[in-house]
Amino acid sequence: MDSVAQWQQIDHRYGSVQALQGFSLNLRPGQITALLGPNGAGKSTAIGLLLGLLRVQGGRVSLFGQPPQQRSARLRLGAMLQRTDLPDSLRVGEHLQLFARYYANPLPVDEVLALVGLQAQSQRRYSALSGGQQRRVQLALALIGRPQLLVLDEPTVGMDLDSRQAFREALRRCRQGGCAVLLATHDLPEVEGLADRIALVRHGQLVSDDTPLNIRARVALKQLRCRTQLPLERLAEWPEVAQLQDREGRMEIYSREPEALLRRLLAADPTLSELEVRGADLEQALAVIEPAATAQAA
Amino acid sequence: MSNATVITAPSLWPIYWAEFVAELKKTFRQPGFVIPSLCFPLGFYALFGLLMPHRGSFDGTTWFFATYGTFGVIGPALFGFGAALASEREAGWLDLKRVSPLPTGALLLARIGMSLVFAVIIFLLLSTLAFVAGGVRLPPSAWMLLGLVLVLGTLPFCALGLLIGSLARARSAAGWVNLIYLPMGALSGLWFPLFLMPTVLQKLAYALPAYHLGQLSLAASGQIEVVVWRHVAMLLLFTLVFASLAARALQRSVK
Repeated sequence: MDSVAQWQQIDHRYGSVQALQGFSLNLRPGQITALLGPNGAGKSTAIGLLLGLLRVQGGRVSLFGQPPQQRSARLRLGAMLQRTDLPDSLRVGEHLQLFARYYANPLPVDEVLALVGLQAQSQRRYSALSGGQQRRVQLALALIGRPQLLVLDEPTVGMDLDSRQAFREALRRCRQGGCAVLLATHDLPEVEGLADRIALVRHGQLVSDDTPLNIRARVALKQLRCRTQLPLERLAEWPEVAQLQDREGRMEIYSREPEALLRRLLAADPTLSELEVRGADLEQALAVIEPAATAQAA
Repeated sequence: MSNATVITAPSLWPIYWAEFVAELKKTFRQPGFVIPSLCFPLGFYALFGLLMPHRGSFDGTTWFFATYGTFGVIGPALFGFGAALASEREAGWLDLKRVSPLPTGALLLARIGMSLVFAVIIFLLLSTLAFVAGGVRLPPSAWMLLGLVLVLGTLPFCALGLLIGSLARARSAAGWVNLIYLPMGALSGLWFPLFLMPTVLQKLAYALPAYHLGQLSLAASGQIEVVVWRHVAMLLLFTLVFASLAARALQRSVK
């Protein structure tokens, strides 16, 4: 079996709010999967279910082929949760030694500290660390048991640039070691160049699950910018326009058929100026997969 | 998996021990917890048991030794479980522990152990004060029995603290604990003898767990005679009720 973790047809509600609907996903070893979506899309719910913090309402969740609450499954898991604070009065080294006890064959504390770049902070109290360093301690706790699955919920929130670099480096090493990584974030640049796979969640549903390369290719979009007198409402009705936005008087249009669009644009507006055409990046490609969530920014 | 490795679980005792040691370190590094926990029972005993003249026909130095000992051991149990647990729950620390392969119950045992350690320290300090400054002389068996009553007697209050900690918000948990701890101490006859209070309040005391532990402490130090099993049964009942309510409250946090 090649699956490390699996969600099958998950439905989950909080009262009247449908947090997940028919959500299915499969995590494989040696792969960094980004669980990407805006805040409130259901990422944390999916993670809570996988980690056994939430009770499954509909569907099935398995962790190494077992129910998530099993201790034997959790022995192979490392996790970094959203908004966690560790007890202030323990030293960094003490926190790590304590967690190391939970596993039969943990990484040496010094090695983990080096991995997250905190060798110099081992003797410092948790409360004396910067926010980014505290997050790195939490990453170290997730890594110390030599996990086969690493689950990270918004891990870089509160991280400075140094911490982010240490973080990316640590994740790449984990992947090399065959570890499966799930990285939940609302921030695409964080996973660009790092994730092998992007699972896009919107409104509790999995909208897309593909490699970054495929996503970009699949949505072969071009970006067109120009100054035009044509009103936005009219442009929005054209079939050649996939998406558009008014950026302070300059129109930003995404299209799958840029040549046809250009011909029509030039014919309709002889005053058109400042024209620019280029390929769309990953963020724009993702945005058109499900246009409902990309409300026009003012 | 092709390269499946056999994951072995480490033996449990070192984990329980490490968790207990970490709990002690954490707690003893908080002067805001240690100093009041130790100073309040000692200070109250010095004031009411040693300095103030006693009305009525009872041996105040020994009587208050037993009752402030009771009052003293209840505090760390309530605060350690109530206030500390609430803030660790809200900080997500408990969730991280639940996700880790820490065996169920280790956290609870560590914290109970911490409360017991505090009970022992408070008992030893109070005993020294009572012996040296108060001239209290009890047969060794009575000292030991009182120590045992006080240490084991913290358990119902660990359960009560657990209940508060699983319900209250971090910011208000300490307030709730004080709101329960101080009046309960007074109404249970731990601050001054119940027989000096109105009959209505004496009756009310029966509904308070601290009253039953106070009665057992007084009996252990030879101050009164009680039907032991009745108070023990009441304390067990309280423990059971608090613990099961707390378990239910913590379960509910798993949505």
